[in-house]
This record gives sequence, structure tokens and C-alpha cells, in this order.
Amino acid sequence: METEVKEKIVSIEKPHLEAPADWQPVIMGILCNWCSYAGSDLTGTSRLQYPPNIRIIRVPCSSRVDPWFIIKSLQASADGVLISGCHPGDCHYISGNYYARRRFLVTKKLLNFVGFHENRVQFSWVSAAEGPKFAKVVSKVTEDIKKLGPLHLYKKENI
Amino acid sequence: MARVGVFVCFCGANIADFVDVPAVVEEAKKIKEVKYAIDYKYMCSDPGQGMIRDAIVAHRLTSIVVAACSPRMHEKTFRKALSDAGMNPYLLEVANIREHSSWVHQKDKKAATEKSSDLIRMAVAKSIANEQLHEISVPVTKRALVIGGGIAGIQAALDIADARIPVVLVEKSPSIGGKMAQLDETFPTLDCSQCILTPKMVDVASHPYIELLPYSEVLELDGYVGNYKVKIKRKASYVNFDTCTGCGACWQKCPVKVPNEFNMGIDKRKAIYSPFPQAVPNKPVIDAEHCTMLLKGKCGICAKVCEKGSIDYAMQDEIIEREIGAVVVATGYDLWDPKPYEEYGVGRYKDIITSLEFERMVSASGPTGGVPLRPSDGKIPKSVVFIKCVGSRDEAKGIEYCSKICCMYTAKHAILLHHKVHDSHAYIFYMDIRAAGKGYEEFVKRAQVETGATYLRGRVSKIYQKGEKLMVRGEDAQIGQVVEVEADLVVLATAVYPYKDNPELARLLGISYDKYGFLSEAHPKLRPVETAKAGIFLAGCTQAPKDIPETVAQASATAAKVCGLFSGDTILKDPMISKVNTDYCSGCQNCVTVCPYQAIVTEEIPLGHGSKEIRTVAKINEGVCQGCGSCVAICRSMAIDLAGFTDMQIINEIVSI
Repeated sequence: METEVKEKIVSIEKPHLEAPADWQPVIMGILCNWCSYAGSDLTGTSRLQYPPNIRIIRVPCSSRVDPWFIIKSLQASADGVLISGCHPGDCHYISGNYYARRRFLVTKKLLNFVGFHENRVQFSWVSAAEGPKFAKVVSKVTEDIKKLGPLHLYKKENI
Repeated sequence: MARVGVFVCFCGANIADFVDVPAVVEEAKKIKEVKYAIDYKYMCSDPGQGMIRDAIVAHRLTSIVVAACSPRMHEKTFRKALSDAGMNPYLLEVANIREHSSWVHQKDKKAATEKSSDLIRMAVAKSIANEQLHEISVPVTKRALVIGGGIAGIQAALDIADARIPVVLVEKSPSIGGKMAQLDETFPTLDCSQCILTPKMVDVASHPYIELLPYSEVLELDGYVGNYKVKIKRKASYVNFDTCTGCGACWQKCPVKVPNEFNMGIDKRKAIYSPFPQAVPNKPVIDAEHCTMLLKGKCGICAKVCEKGSIDYAMQDEIIEREIGAVVVATGYDLWDPKPYEEYGVGRYKDIITSLEFERMVSASGPTGGVPLRPSDGKIPKSVVFIKCVGSRDEAKGIEYCSKICCMYTAKHAILLHHKVHDSHAYIFYMDIRAAGKGYEEFVKRAQVETGATYLRGRVSKIYQKGEKLMVRGEDAQIGQVVEVEADLVVLATAVYPYKDNPELARLLGISYDKYGFLSEAHPKLRPVETAKAGIFLAGCTQAPKDIPETVAQASATAAKVCGLFSGDTILKDPMISKVNTDYCSGCQNCVTVCPYQAIVTEEIPLGHGSKEIRTVAKINEGVCQGCGSCVAICRSMAIDLAGFTDMQIINEIVSI
């Protein structure tokens, strides 16, 4: 008989109350060139303001994002990661964002399994026309990461 | 040792007002690899680019970082500056400190300055891993394939052929001409459709640069822009076109009668037939589904009467292969089947017909000799109700979009009805009148004034029979009342629907289609005739509903695109594509599966140096690869990398801050 194992993965991250008062998180944003990067440009041209914590890396397609990039970001410099691509069905490369979505779900499960809080890495669909949405997404991710505090788990210097 | 030059732009006040540019420059100078850093008011200006060119030479720089606006804006500009200074253009990185910093953090200069410095650090780190890349030169086969022989395909083929580029025109039916050949007169000038179309059809047949393949279908398309290979099935016509003179003796004697598709089934054609008198080529084909000789082996009358001996019952389908460089898809449209409108009694009442049936009836060469007749009793109708938007703009029963041409052709039908039956009266139920186009609004006015047609704004809710008449009950929204009109004939302006085989064709060609089945253009505004696949273009209603002028304009546009593509002997391609390190490749072929362009094939190489045993590895087709990087992320052995976005470059960016 098939047994379903339902376990709630609990973050083993400890609240870091010792975060300095002027601490600001670093968020690594990896955006696809055709939709989300163009959308983030539109946020700029529309002069919509968002928190300055995100550092943006341009890739051709969200399917270019290797889970390695996410893990390396968390390990090296970032307190959180945002991956963003074209809406399903709108991929410039026909189907890349579907691969990205699947790969991301697996990566996220793995990260949760090893103890990261699920909000540390987030995924969004932002089209080239969605400047306001990009500002909203960045604000939300920044807010989420701020609540979680600085990331110490698995940081290079702590191993 | 890397020697990076950093050039920070003020962008007038756009960056300088919100980012402390001199501080950013000082910060950049602290990076170990940065040997030169400077700011300037407008980096993209000629003096700004001059600064970059001079510094490359003076400081022996190995890569360049420009901190300015988005790379989507000026990456090309700055790459050219590098080229001009004799440096490989792909050694440039752009740090986007305007769209991603100064414009979005206008209230926090300190944070914006810090972020800008970080973005420069990332770009510097990435640029250190940049490699020299060279645009890929791909040879071009200067021959175009046009799929579909309607007015779009005809126009595209003629325009391309006139530029002395060979064209292969494939049409699935026995004759070119498409839907336009079925029309009587065309709005807004009431030109006779046949009179303006048939000369073009003849031009196609006689053009030295056009190879016309009627009664044929595209089976396969392989390759990439400039270098496609197409397989075409030439369906067996059972008639030798080389010897047939088109005299017509065969179809006059043929005993089998079949509903005539060209006349919308109003009359019959024979099993051996030419679709209409002006058909090009004007040679008959045998309809294998209905011919008794082919089905039962009995009859053979057509072969007996054919003086030339052109009939060949043993003829087989033929596969034709051609090498081509570009494709124009012009498969046209179908008409939506109004069956879901049960309340209209579609299929129950004979005197409800579609617009194209009406069109065939009023055509002088049509089945009724140019007079509309009631299908039930063959009487001339005096009161005709036209219903617009049957299927169009109706999410519940049909489709959401507007079919665009119905308002105009219904106005035309009102005029044609008035011309053919002087004492008739047209009632037109409409939702809106959409008459945007040169001379269109005037034409609708003309229809209203000249024919006295009654335009009723509202939807029809029910049609029922009362004696010989049909009672059309609808709403007149302008008076807010239910109205009933006694009609002899009801004409439904059914929606323009995508050609039914579009999804299959799209898969075969490797292009995309929308939720309805219309083929998708690369960009709805700026690239309306290209598809996302290089070298494949769209003309006419295969993309969206269009009228004839628009279709012809788009067809000519595709011809311009094809001519542009063929203007040189080679095409230059962006070098940012995947490459395989065969030393690492395990031959798992995961990359082959994920590649959306079928750009990855396998090849067999010696197992070791000088070894006779072989192993299978992935191979990228440079001409096809578009550089998405799906294969890079899926590769377990890290054997594939994407030039311009290598793992090293991205990891450098990540660890630099």
C-alpha cells in the first residue's frame, strides 16, 4: 500500500536578534533578459522606487539559472535570492521558463530540507511590461528577508 | 593579468543627481584589476566613446566596464567603440546604474551610491572572465519557400521573385487564389475580385523565378535560417500536367457528382475537376475519395475521352525536396462553424446561410449566376437579414476577438444585394460598426444611404420559422425594444478562424501559435512579420484577421525581409551560443531533450586519442542555437557552457560582492 509521508519541513535557521541596527540584507536577483530584466528597466524608466538591497544579474533565460548560482549566492554574499523569468507561455525561447520552474521547485525543496527558510529564495514571473510589478516583488522579497535577518547558515566563514 | 577600465557616466543629471559619481569612481579604483577609472557627462556621446577608445590604447586595457544606462539601451554602441579601438567588442560589460540604481533609489543617495559601486564590482568581475567572441558567419541558400497560395502567398512570391530570388510556392488545393478567388467584389471600391486577382495568379504561373507546386503539402522542415531543407508532398493528381491542355472533356463526361467546395457546396462538381474556371494551373485533378475508378476499378470514362492520354490512375504521391533559406507562411484562415448558435436554428433552417455562401451566390460566376436564391425553394429573397459578430466577440459561444472584416463585407453585401435585387431590403443586426481604414467609413455610409439598409444595433436572440418566412427576433438597443423582422434569407457573418492545420504546421516549422491557433509574430508591434524563429515570416490571416490591403502590405513586408536576409552571401549571427567541451561530455543527451530549437545533435568521436572505439557526445549546431542556456543548466557533467554568460562569468559576479 502506498503510504504518504507528510512532514512539515521546519527551518533550522535561528532568529538572529543580534543583527546590527543598520544591517541591510543583500539580495541577489537573477533575471532573464527578455522579460524580467526588461521589466526592471521599465521600473527604472517609470521612476518607481524600491529598496536598494537587490543586486541584479542578467541571464538570457531563466532556464540558464543553475541551482549552483542560488547556492553560491547564499553561501558567498546574499541573504536571499530572487529568480525571475517570463510568464508561462511567454518565454522568448519557447519553453525555457517551464524548465526553470521545475528546476527551481526541486532546488527550493532541497534548500528547505537542509534548513533554509522558504522565503530565502523566491521566484516570480515579471513581464517586460510589468514595471510596477517588479517594484512590488522586490519590495516584498526585501521585506521577507529583513524579517528573517542576516543569513549565517552554511556561510563560508562559518564552516 | 587583467587590466580593466571603468567608465562611469553621469547621464547628465539622470545618474549624477542621485549617485555620487566621483565616489563611485574612487571605489572602482580600489578594485585590484581596475587600472583606469574615469567619469564623464555623457559616455554614449562621441567624446565619451573617444575617451574609451583612447584609454584602451593608452592603458593597454583587457576588458571594459561602462557604468551607465541599461545594456539593452547602449550595449551595441559601446561594443562598437571597442571595435573601433581594435578590441574585441565582447570584452565589454555594462553596469546598469541608471535603470537599476539612480532612477529607482532617488530618495537615498548613499544607498544608490553603494549599490552602483557593487554593480560595477560585479561587472568588473564578470568582464575578467569575458572571452573574445566572433560573430558566426552562416552561408545562405537564396531560395524562399512560400506556404499558401492565397493573395498573401501570391503577393509574397511575386515580390520575392521580382527581386530575382527563386521561390517555391506550395498550395494544398489544386489551384492558387485562396479565399480571395471566391469573393465577388471587394470593399471599399467594389473592384471585381477576380479581375484584380487572376492576372496576379497568371503572373505566378508564368514567372521564371517561381516554382509553383499546387496540390502539395509541406511535410518536414529541417535546418536553420539560411539553410533549411524542406520536404514537400506532391499529392497524386492522376493527371499528367505536362500533357494536359485543360480542355475540360474529362470533367464534362465524369458521372460522379460531389458538393463543390469552391461554391460552398451550393452546387456540385465532378470527381475529376478544376476548382473554378480561372484556376491556375488550369488542369484538373481527380478526387481520389470519390472517383469510382480509383475506389472500385470501374468507369475510366475520363481516360477514354482524354485525347492527350493525360489520365494516369496509377500515379503516386511524390516527395519533393528543396533547399531554401527562408519561409513565408501564408496559410490564411477558415470560417468559424456557427453550429453552437442553436437559437438561430443553424442547420435546421435551410434559409440561414453564411456570408461566404452569399458571396458565392452574388458572384457573376457563382452557382446561381449572380442572383441570391433561397436554398429552400430557389426564390429570390426580398427581405434579407444580416447578422454580424456570429462567433466573433462572443466568449460564451465563439471567440473573444473581433474578426475585423465583417463590418465591411456586410456593408458590401447590402450594396451587392441592392444591385442584384432592386426591390429588396437589408436589415443588419450589429454590435458596433468598426470601419477604420482608408475609405471604409465612407463606404459604410454609402451602404446606408444608397441601399436604405436598416441598421439595428443589438443581438439576435432567436430565429424561428413562420410559414415560408424566417422570423428574426432581436433587440434594438437604440430604442430599447425587442424587434421582429420577417426574413426570406438570413446571412450570418461568421468569425474569421485560424486555419485548422496551423497548430500542426507550427509544430512542423518550430514556431509558436496563440490560444486560438493563429501563428505568433516575434513582437506584436515592432516585429509583426517575423516569427521567433529566424528566417520564418508570416503574411496575412495566418497571424490574425486582416482585410486584403493589410494582407498584401504584410506579404510585401515579408518579401522585403526575405530580400534583406538574402542580400549577402552569408548571415552574421550573435556568437553568444552554447559550446560543448567533448572531454567532459558523457553523452547522456539531456541537453538534446531540453533544447527548444533542436539545435543539439549527437556525434561520434574516438573514445581516446587514436582509439578505434567510439563514444557519443553532444554537438551544437551553431546556426540553430539561439543562446538560451537551457542545456547549460541541465548538463550534469558541466560540459556545456554559454558564451557570454559562462558559469565562470556568473559565479564571478555572485562572489564579487
